[in-house]
Amino acid sequence: MSRLIFEKSRPASNKMNIPPAEVGQVDMTETIGEYLRQGELPLPDVNEVETVRHFTALSKRAYGVDDGLYPLGSCTMKYNPKIDEWAARLPGLAGLHPYQPLETVQGALQIMYETSQWLCEITGMDEFSLQPAAGAHGELTGVMMIKAYHTQRGDTGRTTMLVPDSAHGTNPATAHVVGYKVEEVKSDARGLVDLEDLKSKLGPHVAGLMLTNPNTLGLFEEDILEMSQLVHDSGGLLYYDGANLNAIVGVARPGDMGFDVVHVNLHKTFGTPHGGGGPGSGPVGVKKHLAPYLPVPRVEKNADQYVFNYDYPQSIGKVKEFYGNFGVVVKAYTYMRALGGAGLKEASQHAVLNANYVKTNLQGTYHIPFDRLCKHEFIVTAKEQMDSSKVSTLDIAKSLLDYGYHPPTIYFPLIVREAMMIEPPESESRERLDDFIAAMQDIADQAVKNPDLVKNAPHYTVVRRLDEVKAARNPVVRWEEAIDV
Amino acid sequence: MRFTPNSDTVVQAMLDSIGLQNLEQLFDDIPAQVQMQRPLDLPGEMSEMELHSLLTGLAGKNKPAAEHPCFLGAGAYDSYIPAALDQLLLRSEFYTSYTPYQPEISQGILQGIFEYQTMICQLTELDVSNASLYDGASALAEACTLAAVHTRKKMVIVPETVHPEYRQVLETYAMSGYYEPVFVPCPHGIMDLEQVADLVKDQAAALVVQHPNFFGHLEPMGSVADLIHQAGGLLIMVVDPVSLAVLKPPGAWGADIAVGEGQPLGNTLSFGGPYLGFMAVTRQLMRKIPGRIVGQTTDVEGRPGFVLTLQAREQHIRRDKASSNICSNQALNAMAAAIYLTLLGPRGLKDTALRCHELAVYAQRQLEEAGFPLLYKQPFFREFVVETPDAAAINSRLLEQGIIGGLAVDQGMLLAFTEKRTRQDIDRLVAAFKGE
Repeated sequence: MSRLIFEKSRPASNKMNIPPAEVGQVDMTETIGEYLRQGELPLPDVNEVETVRHFTALSKRAYGVDDGLYPLGSCTMKYNPKIDEWAARLPGLAGLHPYQPLETVQGALQIMYETSQWLCEITGMDEFSLQPAAGAHGELTGVMMIKAYHTQRGDTGRTTMLVPDSAHGTNPATAHVVGYKVEEVKSDARGLVDLEDLKSKLGPHVAGLMLTNPNTLGLFEEDILEMSQLVHDSGGLLYYDGANLNAIVGVARPGDMGFDVVHVNLHKTFGTPHGGGGPGSGPVGVKKHLAPYLPVPRVEKNADQYVFNYDYPQSIGKVKEFYGNFGVVVKAYTYMRALGGAGLKEASQHAVLNANYVKTNLQGTYHIPFDRLCKHEFIVTAKEQMDSSKVSTLDIAKSLLDYGYHPPTIYFPLIVREAMMIEPPESESRERLDDFIAAMQDIADQAVKNPDLVKNAPHYTVVRRLDEVKAARNPVVRWEEAIDV
Repeated sequence: MRFTPNSDTVVQAMLDSIGLQNLEQLFDDIPAQVQMQRPLDLPGEMSEMELHSLLTGLAGKNKPAAEHPCFLGAGAYDSYIPAALDQLLLRSEFYTSYTPYQPEISQGILQGIFEYQTMICQLTELDVSNASLYDGASALAEACTLAAVHTRKKMVIVPETVHPEYRQVLETYAMSGYYEPVFVPCPHGIMDLEQVADLVKDQAAALVVQHPNFFGHLEPMGSVADLIHQAGGLLIMVVDPVSLAVLKPPGAWGADIAVGEGQPLGNTLSFGGPYLGFMAVTRQLMRKIPGRIVGQTTDVEGRPGFVLTLQAREQHIRRDKASSNICSNQALNAMAAAIYLTLLGPRGLKDTALRCHELAVYAQRQLEEAGFPLLYKQPFFREFVVETPDAAAINSRLLEQGIIGGLAVDQGMLLAFTEKRTRQDIDRLVAAFKGE
């Protein structure tokens, strides 16, 4: 590791100066008195040049989409266009205070309004809220609306949310946090929701079904219309987890499949950067019957003026201060305008082509549990490597680091042993994909010829495998002067 | 402007190699009834030059607070952001990466967050910080859930001096059933200690105190920690991180949890987001704090390094037993906060806080002299409510002069003073109050 910023601290080296207010001295012992902080503020004292070098050095120990292929399944690590970064930094957008008078923010409201309109058309929903800050936050908002819908209709016996066993961890966690019991629906041999199992679990106690389509195996839920009919007939609602929307833009719409609520991840499908873990943005869309429950305020257009409307008495309220991650919305808006309707569809087509191309080329090298047409991602496993030489998915992932790649999502979905979930987005060229395929084949070869090489990977990264058990047993989660690090 | 590198010829070759004739066949598994039978009804592609003028035009319709004298605060502050900050944030290894699931190639991000966590601990004088939450309001809701889970009680006492939007978010999140907020009216601009004491008794999971509160005032913190602790509950403080450069920190007041809006630490106003919620807790609560945490460990060769740790708390492990569903957080905003705090350093942050306070004190005295007293006669840091029935009229007068006024509240106007304001700005503000 690079030395910590605290270890680079030298008294009086930071020479940033803040000009005095020139309004006469204020004696804080008088104005603030007993509320004053005692003692020195213990922040690092580092000059600007060393600060810049420190964070530049840190950046060199990280890996982003701009460094290379990032086939992290269900995360859609596509290229983040630079024009989007420029747009979000325009002073007329980045410099807006959330409580400015509406007449001074009409351009911002127009961006929000039009983004919602685009998302409605893309997903086939009737109304959108841009308030949720991330995908999981969108799920929370959506499931709260489902609960509000049932409750306000007096249908209070619906205490269970159904979630497939292949679902993202946030689905069951969200349902639980909103106060639902969670029941799992099994997948069948095709890798799709088992309809018989679904039927057996539906009933007057079920609030709804949360579904990702295509699912986390990268497979389109072909029985979606029947599932939707079954859920609706039993009085439940259908929730669409939009993590995998990049597979189907312009081809199929959750709204046409019967979904009542959707969230989309602007930081996946719509090209905004993930920032090393955030900020994301997770707008939520609904069909008309759920619109009254959307968070407030909603952006509306009255004649030529854009306004915030708070007057929705059935609304679940607010899930976030102000109006959402506006800066991320600006980037997504710029992205959508750049591509246009046809370009958005082409992006999905190329993403699905890339996935099928890589999958086909890994046949015979890795076990492919569901070897059929996939959407934007697919699963391979280390089954054969485990059987022949005890080389695991983790070993293969760590070995990919030595080849200069970010590995796929691993050990997920939970229903497949030794899973690797590979998503090569549309912004990757055939050459990049061929190089990646070659690396995957090379690792499979090494797993046979020299398994220890793979088991001990990575060899060339700035640190090698880290002791996660130690980190959790004896947590060191901050720097302290007393601790010798 | 598209970002798909493969030409039609390459696409066709790829299709051929996997035995397909055209792109449509890639979607043969989608039933015809759910396939779109028409193109998306959306405008066409735009060139980068066209996009440039579209976005410039949209931005030009706004009048940004950051480029005008602005007296709005109320949870979002027009702070000065050093030039070095954005250049570092644009290091694309930071902003184009995902959550650091693969620590060997994410050491820089993990170390940056570890340093952020340490700085939040230094500011709050608490033991453990997470890697950030969505914003201050949702951080407060998560803190209430944590307190309820920890104390196995439900009642959370919330004086109405807490930011109204935070209270709204708290009410929405209460749908979880973990906690039940009880709001306490505060007619004097600070919490009513007697009422709070009556409510606390032994059922309270937590007492929430925003300090400085929504009106900018300092709350009577003296004995509140004892009050709630004796009742077996936790003290949750909502704080402005800039104020902590001069104000006694939550840890010193006996708080168990500190949360707040980290935006003032180097994040642009951006019409309300993306910002970051910070949360710090006592060591006792470490294994219950929501969200990601970075910890230090060693690699197989004994070299120090960082990983995401204590993951047994999180949704991807606990699934339907997790008490928070957070996954993505506001990592890049947290990185911005760490860079900001380093660029300013201990003296820079303290001088910033002092300048804000001095400007606020000056403005308050000038306004009082002009016949506009404080609505609540209480000490304040950098915000206060001035009494006036004409907030709207004063604000339109200010706007005509290119000044963005304060926030109209019941019986007055909430005014905020960041370090970007000047004596001249304040003199113009006071003149507008006087009808000039």
